[in-house]
Amino acid sequence: MEALAALTLAVLVTCGVYLVLRARTYPVVLGLSLLSYAVNLFLFFTGRLVTGAPPLAGAATPTADPLPQALVLTAIVIGFGMTAFVVILALRARGELGNDHVDGTGEKS
Amino acid sequence: MNLLLIILLPLLGALLPPLAIRYGRSASAWTAAAITLAALLFALGPLVAVFGGAPQEVHWTWLPQAGLDIHLRLDGLAALFVLLILGIGLLVILYARYYLAERDPMGRFYGLLLLFMGAMLGVALSNHLLQLLVFWELTSLSSFLLISYWHHRSDARRGARMALAITGAGGLAMLAGFMLLGHIVGSYQISVILNAGDLIRAHPLYAPMLLLVLLGAFTKSAQFPFHFWLPHAMAAPTPVSAYLHSATMVKAGVFLLARLYPALSGTELWFFLVGGVGLATLLFAAYNALFQHDLKGLLAYSTISHLGLITLLFGIGTPLAAVAGVFHIINHATFKASLFMAAGIIDHETGTRDMRLINGMWKYMPHTATLAMVAAAAMAGVPLLNGFLSKEMFFAETLHLSALGAFSWVLPAAATLAGIFAVAYSARFIHDVFFNGEPIDLPKFPPHEPPRHMKVPVEILVALCLLVGILPAITVAPLLAVAAGAVLNGPLPDYSLAIWHGFNTPFIMSLVALAGGIALYTQRHKLFALHDRVFPGVDARALFWEFITWLMDTAHAMTRALENGSLQRYAALLLLTAVAAIAWPFLNSTAPIAGPVPAAPIDALTLLGALVMMAAAVVTTVWQRQRLTAVIALSVVGLVVSLTFVRWSAPDLALTQLSVEVVTIVLLLLALYFLPQRATVDSSNLRRGQDLLLATGVGGGVGLITWAMLTRPYTTIANYFVENSLPGGGGANVVNVILVDFRGFDTLGEITVLAIAAIGIFALLDNLRLEMPATDDGGRPWSSERYPLVLSQLTRFLLPLALLVSVYLFLRGHNAPGGGFIAGLVTAVALILQYMASGIDWTQQRWRLQYHPIIAAGVLIAAATGAGSWLYDRPFLTSAFGHFHLPLAGEFELATAMLFDLGVYLTVVGVVMLILANLGKLTQRSAGEGGT
Repeated sequence: MEALAALTLAVLVTCGVYLVLRARTYPVVLGLSLLSYAVNLFLFFTGRLVTGAPPLAGAATPTADPLPQALVLTAIVIGFGMTAFVVILALRARGELGNDHVDGTGEKS
Repeated sequence: MNLLLIILLPLLGALLPPLAIRYGRSASAWTAAAITLAALLFALGPLVAVFGGAPQEVHWTWLPQAGLDIHLRLDGLAALFVLLILGIGLLVILYARYYLAERDPMGRFYGLLLLFMGAMLGVALSNHLLQLLVFWELTSLSSFLLISYWHHRSDARRGARMALAITGAGGLAMLAGFMLLGHIVGSYQISVILNAGDLIRAHPLYAPMLLLVLLGAFTKSAQFPFHFWLPHAMAAPTPVSAYLHSATMVKAGVFLLARLYPALSGTELWFFLVGGVGLATLLFAAYNALFQHDLKGLLAYSTISHLGLITLLFGIGTPLAAVAGVFHIINHATFKASLFMAAGIIDHETGTRDMRLINGMWKYMPHTATLAMVAAAAMAGVPLLNGFLSKEMFFAETLHLSALGAFSWVLPAAATLAGIFAVAYSARFIHDVFFNGEPIDLPKFPPHEPPRHMKVPVEILVALCLLVGILPAITVAPLLAVAAGAVLNGPLPDYSLAIWHGFNTPFIMSLVALAGGIALYTQRHKLFALHDRVFPGVDARALFWEFITWLMDTAHAMTRALENGSLQRYAALLLLTAVAAIAWPFLNSTAPIAGPVPAAPIDALTLLGALVMMAAAVVTTVWQRQRLTAVIALSVVGLVVSLTFVRWSAPDLALTQLSVEVVTIVLLLLALYFLPQRATVDSSNLRRGQDLLLATGVGGGVGLITWAMLTRPYTTIANYFVENSLPGGGGANVVNVILVDFRGFDTLGEITVLAIAAIGIFALLDNLRLEMPATDDGGRPWSSERYPLVLSQLTRFLLPLALLVSVYLFLRGHNAPGGGFIAGLVTAVALILQYMASGIDWTQQRWRLQYHPIIAAGVLIAAATGAGSWLYDRPFLTSAFGHFHLPLAGEFELATAMLFDLGVYLTVVGVVMLILANLGKLTQRSAGEGGT
């Protein structure tokens, strides 16, 4: 199971990085989203893979670690804020510069 | 406490004159004067104690681990400077009231002046090196602002920048020197350092430390070769020149020499560095002063020369020379401030400062002329005036120096030569301006005496010159004794302040200087011609600007070489560095990547989920140019991520991810509308190959690290949270209790970040004009049915249900999965659905809410909940809870954390709605304008 989780993250990150390295804003936004999924999952996995034991106090058996979960919860929401900011920045750049390039060539689209 | 008030009064009071200007210019001036007077009153008690022989000290600990404390100390030297700063400051405030023109913003002037005053008092009173440096830099900054006070003038802006560049660079060097000094002594406290002189002088780091500290002192006090900023700082209004650039700020450098004198002096290096630079400055500037045609230029070079004299006195290193240095600080401040004020009056009344034009002023302003002549005579060192006394002490000291061996005659000769030039330029100030025929082409004619009160400060200062000059023993003696005692940090040498010491060598030197100076002045026209022929346009300023231009060009070239505007390149470099940095230890390690924890078995459902997620990620990447397909694939990844959270016992995360997924996709769909519809292949095959390689490197690295982590044993650090969640936080849902209670401060920060992001987005959307596509990428027109009937009707039924769900999630959040974040997202999704289904107009008619206030209310409620615990003397964000019983409803729980969660809820709703509703509005405006 551990290897499967690692492989999934590897694929997510590879796709995300490849997209971030593209020349237009839209793939970069997609890539950043994929990367933030991967990063959130990674942080979540640091609490290890625990099945069927949500972190509720008072349970008889040991539960999943609440700490990474609390970290990731806010990270998800902040991640939305960041994605929104990047998207709007891309729109603004298109409005001001007339193109959606991020590779510095800046030709008119 | 009073010591702190002395500094804080002007620093905080700096805000008042700009406010008081509404009630008139005099009100502004009176406010500034009142603040200065108040500071002087507070200083009175401690000053009396210091004169009684008891230095005052206060001390507050701040970061004792880092040696950063607030130390203030008022000893004799600080007392002298406090008196100079506040006394002359008061006179300058009065003077400036009449000097500044109607159109000059007077509130800003007094505000900046008080800011400087506070900073300078801080320098004088600091008993901690780093604290002193902070105030030191603050004087540089306020000096910059004051020089550029008339910022419409380019000479003022350039002069200000030059002053800031030179003194700022010196300040940096001094910071390094102070760090070394603190390292040598093991303390930054000045009173400790002063008693560690032997340790410091014997230390191997003494030489570099001294050099760095002196760089700071020399740049500030305009010592050769850093002197050239001071003449250009004369673009400042004259009250500023009188205050900062003659009486106080430029004295900060020599103040530092005096302050650290017991700790640093007494070595050959000190003697040659400080003495040498002082001597060079004294001669060079005295010579240059004679050749200035600008009235203030003459005074500026004369100031540099006198600062050189003081530096030289401290450099000589004998106790008597140090006493003379302190004495000259006092005398120079009085006569030079009054001379600057007189120069300002002349400038004010004639409209020019060119001494080739201003002649014969005696006829027009005899009163001012008398005052200026007395002050100039003090500057020249004429007997019965204060300048004479300290200058004679200086001459006497140059005679008793044995360090130069056979060259002992050099110093007295150079001193006499400097004296000759000083007499010559003083004579020029008197004769050229007040006599020497008639004025030529004055911009304002005829000049007349200034307003009565403008002369009062000059009169007071000139009276002091006379009093000190004639009756030194009963006027200045106590101040000099206490200040010099503090400088020497030991017993005072025997000295006599009498005006007549007999017909001795120093007196002969004075006479030679007087006679030689007047003789030199009579030959000035030949000298001017010679000077112009020998030094045509040698200007340190030109060299400085050339250097600055070169520096800027080099910096631009380097920036351009690194920064070509391509995000691709930056990201690639960044990632490549990251991969290399992480791969290196991996490759050098022999430890196996997989850890000892046995692998858990894979079940079919999980495998399916993982495969779907990987496939969706690959689809997103491969079909990125088919934009809609890519978004759908991306949302599949997001959905499987939420399922992953469910699979591994994180219901809160799953709920959050699910609702964020919805708003993210709505956001991306809106954005797609505005982005180019057709995507071309931009990158070459080579480029794509490289990128794929790099991406695989990063992805593979992340995979390996994840695998290595997951196969290693795990100990949680969250036991405290789990155990205390119910008894301490009153909630069973540990994740929520961590968010709103244990780590509530972090959450407060996070919702603040969200709020800032939303405001930033709002600003970016403001006035944004984008082209709207008329058709989709296949060329088909948009659907004519803007708001599908079924969708709009269904969503109206769904809204109350969705809101009910969000309330439920919110209320149970403390004990079961849910909470402010999730409830906020669900509410936002429900509202967004209304916008999408029924349009903005329809929704806003029924939902008249502004989202900015909601965000503000959310952050404020959260912060106020935290601050509320202060009322009960608890630390910020301490939560309280209790169980209550209601008939019918049964037992329920109330916790202050819930109020905090309400803040989180409101912020999240406001942020999401602000972003999406405003982005959506763009489409509507374009639809209206575009006529589609």
